[in-house]
Amino acid sequence: MSELDSKFIKHEVAHHFESAEQEFDTAKLGMWTFLGQELLFFSALFVAYAVFRFLYPAMFLEAHRHLSVNMGFLNTIVLLISSFTMAMAIRSAQVSNKKHTFIYLLVTLVCAGMFMVVKYMEYMEKFHHGLLPGRWFTGEGTSEVLHIFFGLYFCLTGLHGIHVLIGMGLIIWLLIRTQKGEFYSEYYTPVEMVGLYWHLVDLVWIFLFPLLYLVG
Amino acid sequence: MEHEVDKRSFYEVKKGFMSWAITLDHKRIGIMYLVSVLIGFGLGGLFALALRLELITPDKLFMADKMYNQSFTLHGAIMVFLFIIPSIPASFGNFMLPLMLGAKDVAFPRLNLASFHIFLLGAAFLVLSIFLGAVDTGWTFYAPYSLHTDTSVVCAVFGAFIMGFSSILTGVNFIATIHSLRPPGMTWFRMPLFVWALYSTSILQVLATPVLGITLLLLMVERVMNIGIFDPSLGGDPVLFEHFFWFYSHPAVYIMILPAMGVMSELVTTFCRRNIFGYKYIAYSSIAIAVISFLVWGHHLFVSGQSDFASMLFSLLTFLVAIPSAIKIFNWIATMYKGSIDAKSPFLYFVAFILLFCIGGFTGIVLGSLSLDVNLHDTYFVVAHFHYTMMGGVLMAFLGAVHYWWPKMIGKMYNELLAKIACFLIVIGFNVVFFPQFLMGAKGMPRRYHVYDPEFHVYHVISTVGSWILAVGFIMVLYYLIQSLRNGEKAPDNPWGSLTLEWKTTSPPILENFESTPSVTCGPYEYKGSPS
Repeated sequence: MSELDSKFIKHEVAHHFESAEQEFDTAKLGMWTFLGQELLFFSALFVAYAVFRFLYPAMFLEAHRHLSVNMGFLNTIVLLISSFTMAMAIRSAQVSNKKHTFIYLLVTLVCAGMFMVVKYMEYMEKFHHGLLPGRWFTGEGTSEVLHIFFGLYFCLTGLHGIHVLIGMGLIIWLLIRTQKGEFYSEYYTPVEMVGLYWHLVDLVWIFLFPLLYLVG
Repeated sequence: MEHEVDKRSFYEVKKGFMSWAITLDHKRIGIMYLVSVLIGFGLGGLFALALRLELITPDKLFMADKMYNQSFTLHGAIMVFLFIIPSIPASFGNFMLPLMLGAKDVAFPRLNLASFHIFLLGAAFLVLSIFLGAVDTGWTFYAPYSLHTDTSVVCAVFGAFIMGFSSILTGVNFIATIHSLRPPGMTWFRMPLFVWALYSTSILQVLATPVLGITLLLLMVERVMNIGIFDPSLGGDPVLFEHFFWFYSHPAVYIMILPAMGVMSELVTTFCRRNIFGYKYIAYSSIAIAVISFLVWGHHLFVSGQSDFASMLFSLLTFLVAIPSAIKIFNWIATMYKGSIDAKSPFLYFVAFILLFCIGGFTGIVLGSLSLDVNLHDTYFVVAHFHYTMMGGVLMAFLGAVHYWWPKMIGKMYNELLAKIACFLIVIGFNVVFFPQFLMGAKGMPRRYHVYDPEFHVYHVISTVGSWILAVGFIMVLYYLIQSLRNGEKAPDNPWGSLTLEWKTTSPPILENFESTPSVTCGPYEYKGSPS
């Protein structure tokens, strides 16, 4: 440990816990519970999607052709890679490899940024064609309720996008703390927790991609 | 890691505004919640008194139509979001959960403080909306009216949305605390039943509240951008809003009542000096209520045009909730049998709860029956039913909890005689207000109207007079509690002779809760000479 001691800042267990292990398990349980609420937060939107797809199947078929499958697919790949690098960052923190933790977190951040850039380009393209949310919708199509699909599209991807942005903020926070040397084999709780969150964000997109882009 | 334990009470360790505003101590956060919900209760109560006064004549007395609509909306929204939902879990839950478990704090103290700040932020938006044009939609914010009214729906709904996160984070915190911070010997079935009640409440808070969050978010988006999800003129489905709303708001009534039931278990054992009858059944019935509550939301939509088959299922499932609720009631009554009953004021609230909650529960069965609901839907019968459960149930338990834990939380005793008189006034006043509402509801008086048929005049007059008796009762409670704060007699550590852990420390507790981590060797209610 003497070598570790010089490189890392020793973690102090909070006063109300008996051991570092208890502290870690508690944090993990809390995080999983929180992810449970995240799932239910998105669930109502998925239900709304199901209801309107059932009500207007033809409109959904028409509307999804306005989305770019290539862009959606690209984003899926980018997010999957970022989930992998996130998992590797946790592993690196577990074995006290500060340099690798930093690099993997940085790659994750870059992937998240790429996702947002692609999303931005997609949004711009939609705006260009008048496929805006709600009252600004001027898109043309055979269906009279085309705006509902795009209302749902912007709600779902917008809310997901906000989650990606929050994730990016959290990863930056991790990068700073990694640089300070706060994470090592005996304390890497925040890395693991943000990792769990990041996998959920990835998972939501895994459902969004086929539901929105691959209707036909 | 041995260190000297500070033996001063948690109030004395630090002082000043900042010692409260940024405290991580669950006890201070609990006290701040208590003060906040009491302010919410006072505000909601003022609206209630104004509404009752308006209804004393069949014609307009002093409120215009819109003002009346705004008043009952604010009464409902304030009572639900600022008082009942956070009342017992956030105030007494925060204060008592670690003490009852024998822990030093909740699992995530910083998150706990954050949820209080989030609560205040949400409350600020709700109060702000009163000044920006108070909402007149009813506390349910039903679409499509909520999409078209010119009142500040977005501001109020945003407040409720924010407060939802406070509720979720408290739930996450409590679940982690109960799983991880039990000291040696505190097994699941040695936990006080109030802790079990908080556990099932937390499950509901974590799993149901996010659905309300997204629903209110969609409502705001719909109102600002017209995306066409709820607005029928844009191809949307307003009944979808009702489904979403009640998917949360039905479990929410159990978020309100479950902690109240937990308080009941504490009161009955302490004041009967007897082990609880059927500990495990009471614990499991809390979980059963939590689970079933997710499957009954459709009973709010019997007349919305949902399919007969769905209505039948929802009606059946609604009846099922009566079973675990009845298990609790029977077990509490069986606990009293052959107990040495000490009828102190908290116990009087226990009796009031049993009486009023049974009436509320039975009328719930009436409303859950399809054929009866078609007639009684949206009448005063419904109003009376939920006031008997929410006010007769939750509020009585809340007052019971205030009187039971006051010596522990504040460290002072209150005037017991005044407390008993106030309890009688409140119970009598409550029944005078709400019992006539069952009668006029059954005769067809619709809710949410301030100009009504003279046939109902006499009932409304009785009801309004009752509201004044109630108000006198509450003012009395406020009076002797303030008197106790100023110069109450110092409370002993365990004034009621209770066996649960929160009474094993000083009154008020020290900062670290206990001088040494308590070790638990038996169940929470094993009173001497009481069969186990």
